[in-house]
Amino acid sequence: MRERDDEWTGLMRSAIAGDSAAYHRLLKAVTPVLRAAARRGLARAGQPVDQSEDIVQDILLAVHLKRHTWDVSAPFAPWLFAIARNKLIDALRRRGRRIFVDIDDFAETLPGEMPAETASASEVAAQLQTLPARQRDVLQSIAVESASIKDTAARFSMSEGAVRVALHRGLTSLTAKLREQ
Amino acid sequence: MDTDQLIRTLAADNSHRARPVGFALMLALLAAAPVSLLMFFTELGVRPDVMIAMRNPFFDLKFAVTLALAISGIAVSLHLSRPEASLRGFGWWLLIPAGILTAGIGGEMMMPQRLPMMTRLVGKNSWVCMTAIPALSLPILAGALIGLRHGAPARPAVAGAIAGLLSAGLAATLYASHCTDDSPLFVATWYTIATALVTTIGALVGSRLLKF
Repeated sequence: MRERDDEWTGLMRSAIAGDSAAYHRLLKAVTPVLRAAARRGLARAGQPVDQSEDIVQDILLAVHLKRHTWDVSAPFAPWLFAIARNKLIDALRRRGRRIFVDIDDFAETLPGEMPAETASASEVAAQLQTLPARQRDVLQSIAVESASIKDTAARFSMSEGAVRVALHRGLTSLTAKLREQ
Repeated sequence: MDTDQLIRTLAADNSHRARPVGFALMLALLAAAPVSLLMFFTELGVRPDVMIAMRNPFFDLKFAVTLALAISGIAVSLHLSRPEASLRGFGWWLLIPAGILTAGIGGEMMMPQRLPMMTRLVGKNSWVCMTAIPALSLPILAGALIGLRHGAPARPAVAGAIAGLLSAGLAATLYASHCTDDSPLFVATWYTIATALVTTIGALVGSRLLKF
């Protein structure tokens, strides 16, 4: 656990310093832990665990948009689990259940019980369709067709700066829409 | 969109840098301040005998209390904007203005007074105080909440309440220069009621607005 936490903290520091590959690796590394906790929360609330992927994506978006509230000199895991716990409680409440979510649900996930993604998420995909065309095109190009920012810019004859702005705005309004639903 | 695709998209957006919450809060407060200042100078204004009043330590004490409230409110707000933070270990900041006020009451008690205690407590401006402080603090509270939306508080209602405290502290600093009631007993009663009102509004609005 300790080793894992240190690795996360190191990756996040690199990410903040501008290393996108480190950021990608970090998000990949935390996702199974978040998924396990989301499943456990859903199971305890008597909800079908196949909704866990929506919660995981909700948490990842919040992590992304709030990462400036992480103190670079502090360990990353407590911050991550605080965000995740908050989002999980919200998600369970929205499904009509009030449930106590323990922070240890996240911290104590063992590598052996980390499930792979089985069910697909639908909420982010559904909200994606409601975005302005430009933001949706950019997001889809980068997410689904895994095009780079440069390729996306060339494809829609936009500047790279405009692609970056559309990408960030798209993610922000996607998150806002998920919160309002 | 599957989760791998979302992760790829988030990583592509890594170059975007958000401003720290403190910066957003400062900008929002600077934008809101002129509104409150305008309200203050058109409706109330500084008391005419301010130069003489400044020689009265109890007049100055009002500013020590209200500024202490504003500063500790800002400090606690910024602390609570981090999701893993709680009031524990930080709540004592909020005791500073209360401590200064208590010391002031003690000091006044030990001095000979021309007016009886209840007269000083009730004062002449209690109604103005209770309406002016909340009114002046509303623009500031709106600014504070907008600034704090950049944060990620674990408990939005608590964070909103603290935003209410800081707004009331700033508004009361303005109001204190208008009010001719300088007794710490007056401050402890009416300023506190006005602050409690703003804090409640902050908690109610914050519980919705500060959710992330």
